Amino acid sequence: MSDAAIQYNEDVVKKFVIAAIFWAVVAFLVGVVLAGQLAWPVANLGLPFTNFGRLRPVHTSAAIFAFGGSALFATSFYIVQRTCRARLFGGEALANFIFWGYQFFIVMAALSYVMGFSQGQEYAEPEWHLDLFLTLIWVLYGVVFIGTVLMRKEPHIYVANWFFIAMILTIAVLHLGNNSAMPVSLFTAKSYNVASGVQNAMIQWWYGHNAVGFFLTAGFLGMMYYFIPKASGRPIYSYRISIVHFWSLVFMYIWAGPHHLHYTALPDWTQTLGMAFSIMLWMPSWGGMINGIMTLSGAWDKLRTDAGLRFSVTAVGFYGMSTFEGPVMSIRGVNALSHYTDWGIGHVHSGALGWVAFISFGALYYLVPVLWKRERLYSQKLAAWHFWIATLGIVLYITSMWVAGIMQGLMWRAYDQFGFLQYSFSESVMAVHPYYVIRFTGGVFFLLGSLIMVYNMIQTVRSPTTARPAAEPQTGLPIGTAMAGA
Amino acid sequence: MFIKHETIEKNAFLLLVFTLLTIAVGGIVEVIPLFTIETTVEHVKGVRPYSPLESRGRDIYVREGCYVCHSQQVRALRDEVERYGHYSIAAESMFDHPFQWGSKRIGPDLARVGGKYSSDWHYAHLMNAQSVVPESLMPHYAFLAQTPLDTGDLVRRIKAQRMVGVPYTDDQVANAAADLKAQADPAADNAALLRRYPKAVTVPGDGRSVTELDALVAYLQVLGTMVNFADPANEKPRQ
Amino acid sequence: MPTKIEKDSISGQLTTGHEWDGIKELNRPLPKWWVYIFVATVIWSGVYFVLYPSIPGISGYFHGLLGYSTRDTVEADVAAVVKQRSVYMDRIAALPYDAIRRDRQLLAVAETAGRIVFADNCQPCHGAGGGGSPGFPALAAGNWLWGGKLADIETSIVFGIRGGHDNARQSAMPRFGVDAMLKPDEIQAVADHVMVLYGKSTVGSPAGAKIFAENCVACHGDAGQGNREVGGPRLASRTHLNADDRATVVGQIANPRMGVMPHWNTRLDQATIKSLTLYVHALGGGE
Ligand code: HEC
Ligand code: HEC
Ligand code: HEC
Ligand code: HEM
Ligand code: HEM
Ligand SMILES: [Ca+2]
Ligand SMILES: [Ca+2]
Ligand SMILES: [Cu+2]
Repeated sequence: MSDAAIQYNEDVVKKFVIAAIFWAVVAFLVGVVLAGQLAWPVANLGLPFTNFGRLRPVHTSAAIFAFGGSALFATSFYIVQRTCRARLFGGEALANFIFWGYQFFIVMAALSYVMGFSQGQEYAEPEWHLDLFLTLIWVLYGVVFIGTVLMRKEPHIYVANWFFIAMILTIAVLHLGNNSAMPVSLFTAKSYNVASGVQNAMIQWWYGHNAVGFFLTAGFLGMMYYFIPKASGRPIYSYRISIVHFWSLVFMYIWAGPHHLHYTALPDWTQTLGMAFSIMLWMPSWGGMINGIMTLSGAWDKLRTDAGLRFSVTAVGFYGMSTFEGPVMSIRGVNALSHYTDWGIGHVHSGALGWVAFISFGALYYLVPVLWKRERLYSQKLAAWHFWIATLGIVLYITSMWVAGIMQGLMWRAYDQFGFLQYSFSESVMAVHPYYVIRFTGGVFFLLGSLIMVYNMIQTVRSPTTARPAAEPQTGLPIGTAMAGA
Repeated sequence: MFIKHETIEKNAFLLLVFTLLTIAVGGIVEVIPLFTIETTVEHVKGVRPYSPLESRGRDIYVREGCYVCHSQQVRALRDEVERYGHYSIAAESMFDHPFQWGSKRIGPDLARVGGKYSSDWHYAHLMNAQSVVPESLMPHYAFLAQTPLDTGDLVRRIKAQRMVGVPYTDDQVANAAADLKAQADPAADNAALLRRYPKAVTVPGDGRSVTELDALVAYLQVLGTMVNFADPANEKPRQ
Repeated sequence: MPTKIEKDSISGQLTTGHEWDGIKELNRPLPKWWVYIFVATVIWSGVYFVLYPSIPGISGYFHGLLGYSTRDTVEADVAAVVKQRSVYMDRIAALPYDAIRRDRQLLAVAETAGRIVFADNCQPCHGAGGGGSPGFPALAAGNWLWGGKLADIETSIVFGIRGGHDNARQSAMPRFGVDAMLKPDEIQAVADHVMVLYGKSTVGSPAGAKIFAENCVACHGDAGQGNREVGGPRLASRTHLNADDRATVVGQIANPRMGVMPHWNTRLDQATIKSLTLYVHALGGGE
């Protein structure tokens, strides 16, 4: 059977692609504003809805859920159809409902933060009614995705889909677990968390860490497992790594949450578990990196001509770096220094900018010409500019945060020759100012890069001259239903 | 392997179930015992539910996202104990729905800020932090001083907290409005307030219209003051 | 159709024989180094679990062979640093101020200790270097409310001022406006007089001077020189507790601010307070 016979639902994919690009710019812009506010506090403007405390969740939600989420929806819907050779389950209307429902959720969440509604738990700030609405959307997403997998015409489920399934399932569990709250009344947004204190802290970081593990990692690994082999035209480096790293990653991530709570009132035993599992998580994470980068062996030359692929591969490099840094920061002695400092912020953004954003850019550069049936990208050169400007931005961002973070950590614990603390807290605040300015500059570069991408994408869609011939060239061979040998 | 990976790979249902089982283990082992091991939350004297004004102040603290810049957790490390005071214990946040331990210190830890400054100073600082601390990165919260505190659903808020386990007594619920007023008015008789909520700090409002800033300051002033670590009964709280 | 296992010409590896949208997989064995490191981290963790508090049960948890406890550790660490410093701090606690000041090294230690405690605890109110800010007195200016001798400073720090401690320094300026003790025009008049004392105006007000003599001298002295018994600030000065514009002065007379200084004896130990006292004294205003 040939793919031409299946009418894939690409409409919803297109919508999510547009949303992802739009939210990327928004998230980076708000990030730049935040960076500016930390460098120059007057930029808070003294207004309720522009101050740092309310805007910061707008940035984290816009980056993770709006940009990252839309990119995940777009790619997972695209990938699951192609790799299952099945049309998206549930029809156009359901897919569209998920799209608009999710966008509605994002807009409402952002508005609610600036208007002064927040549950006060990082990455889970939306109030209870939005949480419920998101649950609905997410369940429908699960139905559509898993439904499509069930309808597949391939006997095997492709590894990318394992990761998407793990993400969908785990995020649902985490979301429900961490957001259980008692509303003040049915007609007010305010609610109080069911758990409190130390148990609440554990549940929050069980959620928070695995939002990283299953949203920002598993989901984007799914993305990687499709676009790198497609763009490079090479087979996956090792199927066996896929199996081992998938199951070990999924098993061990869940345990690592307590590394956010070292030396706190969380009991020692829990901290031990969190630290050890974070260290055991190192190789499972690197399994993904190996499969991503080494898939390119034999096609390295493509990096010179395909800027999209360059984004993807660099992303995997950053993934390897932040999943090495993470276990290091999980060691209690290291965390004693790094926790509460900008080192954490550096780590986050080496993961967020280097891995999450770059792997998404790679996917977007691949998808836009394909979805809009253009032969190629409007300009590889502009994409290369985007790549270098964004890379420079990341380097400025994370190096400045490393320096600032380690400096804060060292200043807070420095003792003078008589054994007294050497620096006051406010001296550490003054000391980081130059690094906050550098970070701001890095953020501006990253934002500029994304604007170049926006222009490139618009031009790609607008230039009919590059229209693709009827169908996408088929590289694969038809496959039957027989068992594999192995 | 006892089960061929092929089998899972070809059966979406199995894949789903196995994934679910795999992710369940860690969460169960780490979370459930925190509820069942009795020493997790230490047995100390002094921790009480927040007074109505403090509780509303806490709502504002949560709403404004102070936790993005401030931790409320003195870690058990020498330098933190020296800078901020006794390390935080679990009992101190047992009525915190949600907890506000934070994950970043753009500003200093606030776990023991209660009593460290005068309420006056907090007003000045929250209105315009740079006027008292020139190097501060803190936004201005002058708008809180212009916003009257909404007390319409005060009792419902207290009851909602009671439903999730904060042991407010009927007496405390019944007197919520009065206690809130008494704590925001230095001229008021606060004996009943202090009986219900020992160590509650009266904030210098004008007694007529209570503002959000009054509530926030009342909350800040109680942070870290409930447990008296000098009390021999509370020595070495163990988990 | 049978699975089609192929040989990848570049790596020489076999594929698994499946294909999804053109993507194939190589059936390459796990890299050895990867497996070794993975196994090593697992073994390391196992050992760690045995040594440290780790596996939980329903009502307790395994405490580990080393008997490690974060809280014991931090308490030992703090005790160790306290012990290290006790060489000086015990003497600072025991000796009278003049003996400490005669010992140059001890004084240096005290001022070092005082500096950091001041910066983390007092500077937010009293400003860097004790420069003060409106409502919070400058400590370096020598214009003391309650006295600038070491003992005075120590008392101010230990018990605080109007902060609710039983021994806190107390004093309250009457609320001449709010309590209708003076009429608005009388307040304006006496404010004119105060502006003269402040040295910010030369046009006095005879009526104001009279009101001042009747109402204010008990606390502020007949020539505005202040009265430390009641913490009445010196008005005949160029440095002030509050801002020195006329509106602030009027406000102060009508409804005095009565700032609060927290007490520190429950937060800081005695040697630290003495060090702090010496540090504050040395800021420039000590007597
Ligand atoms: C942009 C970051 C930021 C936000 C948001 C922020 N703060 Fe701060 N805060 C700081 C910094 C920096 C300092 C240290 C300098 C100073 O004292 O102002 C500080 C100091 C403080 C202090 C003094 C602590 C001490 O021990 O000296 C208090 C109290 C405080 N903040 C309360 C709050 C409250 C309440 C909110 C929310 C309504 C808040 N802050 C929001 C950055 C922030
Ligand atoms: C909440 C703000 C605040 C903090 C924190 C604070 N003070 Fe004060 N302090 C005041 C105020 C207000 C006064 C003046 C009270 C009055 O009007 O008499 C004062 C007065 C004093 C005086 C008496 C000054 C005089 O002129 O007699 C000394 C000495 C002093 N403070 C030292 C300290 C030291 C040392 C620290 C830190 C351990 C400290 N203060 C922390 C607010 C503060
Ligand atoms: C019972 C004592 C008392 C009386 C009577 C009194 N004051 Fe005061 N005054 C104080 C104290 C104590 C302060 C400082 C406390 C504060 O406001 O923080 C002060 C502060 C002031 C200040 C601010 C000084 C500065 O450095 O900023 C002015 C101005 C002032 N008084 C004027 C007057 C005038 C005018 C009168 C009479 C009409 C008066 N006071 C009567 C005790 C008194
Ligand atoms: C093996 C993998 C990883 C481990 C073990 C790990 C570990 C850690 C540690 C120890 C912290 C600091 C906690 C603290 O001191 O507060 C942290 C924070 C964080 N990491 Fe990772 N990390 C890993 C991978 C990643 C990746 C790939 C991302 C992708 C974006 C990421 C995103 C974050 C975020 C967002 C935070 C901040 C959480 C907060 O708000 O405090 N991490 N991680
Ligand atoms: C132009 C690009 C960006 C800039 C300038 C930027 C800037 C910032 C700033 C200033 C903060 C607050 C740091 C602090 O509180 O000290 C922050 C936090 C954060 N950002 Fe970004 N950001 C950018 C892009 C992104 C992207 C793409 C993501 C995710 C995909 C992301 C995820 C986060 C997260 C998770 C946090 C919270 C970290 C924590 O709490 O530990 N950011 N960002
Ligand atoms: Ca929520
Ligand atoms: Ca954080
Ligand atoms: Cu984590």
